[in-house]
Amino acid sequence: MNAAHLTGTGSAYFLEEKKQEAEAHTLAVIAENQPGVLARIIGLFAGRGYNIDSLTVSETEHEKHVSRFTIVTTGTPAVIAQIKNQLERMVPVHSVADLTVSGNYLARELAMVKVAGKGDKRVEALRLADAFRARVVDASTDSFVFELTGKPDKVDQFISLMVPLGLVEVSRTGVAAILRGPEAMKG
Amino acid sequence: MAGTPNGELMTGAEIVLKALADQGVSTVFGYPGGAVLPIYDEFFQQEKVKHILVRHEQGATHAAEGYARSTGKVGVVLATSGPGATNCVTGLTDALLDSIPMVCLTGQVPTHLIGNDAFQECDTVGITRPCTKHNWLVKDVNDLARIIHEAFYVARTGRPGPVVVDIPKDVQFAKGKYVGPQGITAKTYAPRVKPDQNAVRAAIDLLATARRPILYTGGGVINSGPTASKLLREFVAMTGIPITSTLMGLGAYPASGPEWLGMLGMHGTYEANMAMHDCDVMVCVGARFDDRITGRLDAFSPGSKKIHIDIDPSSINKTVKVDIPVIGDVGHVLEDMIRLWKSRSLKLDAKALADWKAQIAKWKAVDCLKYTPNRDVIMPQYAIERLYELTKDKDCYISTEVGQHQMWAAQFYRFEEPNRWMTSGGLGTMGYGLPAAVGMQAAHPKSLCICVAGDASVLMNMQEMSTAIQHRLPIKVFILNNQYMGMVRQWQQLLHGNRLSESYMDSLPDFVKLAEAYGGTGIRCDKPADLDDAIREMIAAKGPVLFDCRVANLANCFPMIPSGKAHNEMILGSEIKDEEVGNVIDSKGKQLV
Ligand SMILES: Cc1cc2nc3c(=O)[nH]c(=O)nc-3n(C[C@H](O)[C@H](O)[C@H](O)COP(=O)(O)OP(=O)(O)OC[C@H]3O[C@@H](n4cnc5c(N)ncnc54)[C@H](O)[C@@H]3O)c2cc1C
Ligand SMILES: Cc1ncc(C[n+]2csc(CCOP(=O)(O)OP(=O)(O)O)c2C)c(N)n1
Ligand SMILES: [Mg+2]
Repeated sequence: MNAAHLTGTGSAYFLEEKKQEAEAHTLAVIAENQPGVLARIIGLFAGRGYNIDSLTVSETEHEKHVSRFTIVTTGTPAVIAQIKNQLERMVPVHSVADLTVSGNYLARELAMVKVAGKGDKRVEALRLADAFRARVVDASTDSFVFELTGKPDKVDQFISLMVPLGLVEVSRTGVAAILRGPEAMKG
Repeated sequence: MAGTPNGELMTGAEIVLKALADQGVSTVFGYPGGAVLPIYDEFFQQEKVKHILVRHEQGATHAAEGYARSTGKVGVVLATSGPGATNCVTGLTDALLDSIPMVCLTGQVPTHLIGNDAFQECDTVGITRPCTKHNWLVKDVNDLARIIHEAFYVARTGRPGPVVVDIPKDVQFAKGKYVGPQGITAKTYAPRVKPDQNAVRAAIDLLATARRPILYTGGGVINSGPTASKLLREFVAMTGIPITSTLMGLGAYPASGPEWLGMLGMHGTYEANMAMHDCDVMVCVGARFDDRITGRLDAFSPGSKKIHIDIDPSSINKTVKVDIPVIGDVGHVLEDMIRLWKSRSLKLDAKALADWKAQIAKWKAVDCLKYTPNRDVIMPQYAIERLYELTKDKDCYISTEVGQHQMWAAQFYRFEEPNRWMTSGGLGTMGYGLPAAVGMQAAHPKSLCICVAGDASVLMNMQEMSTAIQHRLPIKVFILNNQYMGMVRQWQQLLHGNRLSESYMDSLPDFVKLAEAYGGTGIRCDKPADLDDAIREMIAAKGPVLFDCRVANLANCFPMIPSGKAHNEMILGSEIKDEEVGNVIDSKGKQLV
């Protein structure tokens, strides 16, 4: 101990903080379908400053009152691990799986895309929709509503292609995801 | 109501009282109002569960915390809807941060009025969701008993914490089925208590190679129960490893023990912090690497391998990356570690350990808690030393408010047993200590229950003196009166150019008269020479006491690791003069709290 440390900083032990890269992870959360459970999960993300890129939820087993959430979030590996631990310790949560870590999984999203236009643009929109296997679910003389299911980046791509062709409105469900293969999800 | 067999119909209010009795609850801290009147009506008609009427619902929550921490049981609060519920929020948050088991029952407007902005309606479950472990709104009287039992299970299981059960008034009147507590858990909540044996083995393997080991223990040892403290002592005796503790873990290992280094952290001892900085293997036992402990994260114990024992996986790698996490209850983990250490007849390298202890002895010789004694003015450190000397042979429980006095109590009162020390660590809630003492005294009517208070904090829940008088709870409130928010002033001196903005406590009440106004005893002392007698008088007093201990106004609390500094950059009281106080922290550190 000497007086030197009383001024300025500069520890002799300065360690370079390893800056980890943020990555997107898809989490599957199985929880009791009780009132407020969605608010709890969203509140956890909001209160602790975690990102939600996409969130979908629905009851999956009616008799057991069980819901499944699919959450896409971005963070450093350390933050993702915290998110998983924080979710797991919530009382109504049965289990949490990080599908991105578990490996091979399917992620799908449904979008409804409204496009208005006439003439060539209308024809081109229909042609592209066909190439993307989007279905026409509503049509008028100067508009279509397409329904499209696929990976989020496929949906993104379709939407961006529709912009110059008269894109009016988009409604997307967010991502639902599941592991490939015969096994059910483990926590 | 008593003896109603399982299955018979009861009103919701009867179910509440029966469930509390079946949970073994002896004391509830509460305050009535329209939305809980049916429950109060039941209190009137039974004798199993005692009700302590507080003067403010925040007081009830801290009293329940004091009760819980000093007994290891769940503390119970009852409050009405609206303002009753919102007044509980600070205490719930306090209990969440300090891992205190608490069940808070609130009344709610009748189910059909929920959402209508009815009289004294608030969204209690919404407001308390982020400050509880879990909460429930009971909509059907047939769920009520199960939910209350589940609430107790959740509050005390795993990492303990507060829960809220919100009960609409119509549910309290409605008749429904009662179920007992047997076998009721929360089906999705089963924290791991027994550790993975591979993790235990890896921890022991690493520890056995240590040359400069340290145990860094915390509130989790207290949470785990008295057995954990016993095992901790056995483990230290067996291995000879030096041990320090956080503010929350004081008493788990005795202050008189041979390996004790004192508290660590921002206001911890020089030897504890230096040993943390220089150790090669650190075993964190039920502590959470709080920022008061780590100081500057990138300089926190840079050369050590770290083992972390914790029941909550979210505590692992939250701020400090550890090498070997062991998830489980402290008691179970220590039991396994002791068994393994013994069965393999392990021993630490004797020469290395002796060198390490010689180094620690040198740090100890710095005598970091030394202060300049004064014959005319009572030094706050001296006041705590005398309080300790005159109470150490008694069956004594200590609570504190928040500020310098709290740190001096932690530094100078020497705790020998767990559950004897109640303080608001995580939230740092001024106004905690006096009601916490009420709760301790309610749990231990024959013991000496002392709140070490500051002149500012003590005013935040002073009204609970009235509770103490009514319920004949002879708490002793020992106020270190420096006429300042001393801790605020200390930071203003360190960080804000000694501009003492609003930290002087003008117009303080006459604490002696105030005590008398409540029907208690007031004692004032301002001479070191009179202090012992005055403390004896306080101890001997039959009822509640406010002790106005006039201490040196401008004393500051050292040692201190300034925010943004490392453990080995501690400021000692002996080397800092008042003029220098403002230059100690650089601009980057000044932004931290
Ligand atoms: C003005 C002020 C100054 C302060 N200065 C200091 C200081 O100098 N030094 C200091 O130490 N503190 C200080 N504090 C307190 C500090 O803010 C923290 O509250 C404290 O350090 C946390 O203690 P802990 O790590 O033991 O954790 P706790 O909050 O007690 O948490 C306990 C940990 O143990 C785990 N746990 C719980 N039960 C079990 C179980 N059965 N088995 C296993 N694990 C379990 C929990 O999951 C958690 O991780 C100060 C507070 C104030 C208000
Ligand atoms: C409810 C609340 N408000 C504000 C603070 C910030 N604060 C921390 S310590 C302190 C001053 C405490 O003064 P006193 O009780 O006299 O204790 P002293 O530091 O003088 O011993 C304040 C205002 C707090 N911890 N809690
Ligand atoms: Mg003060």
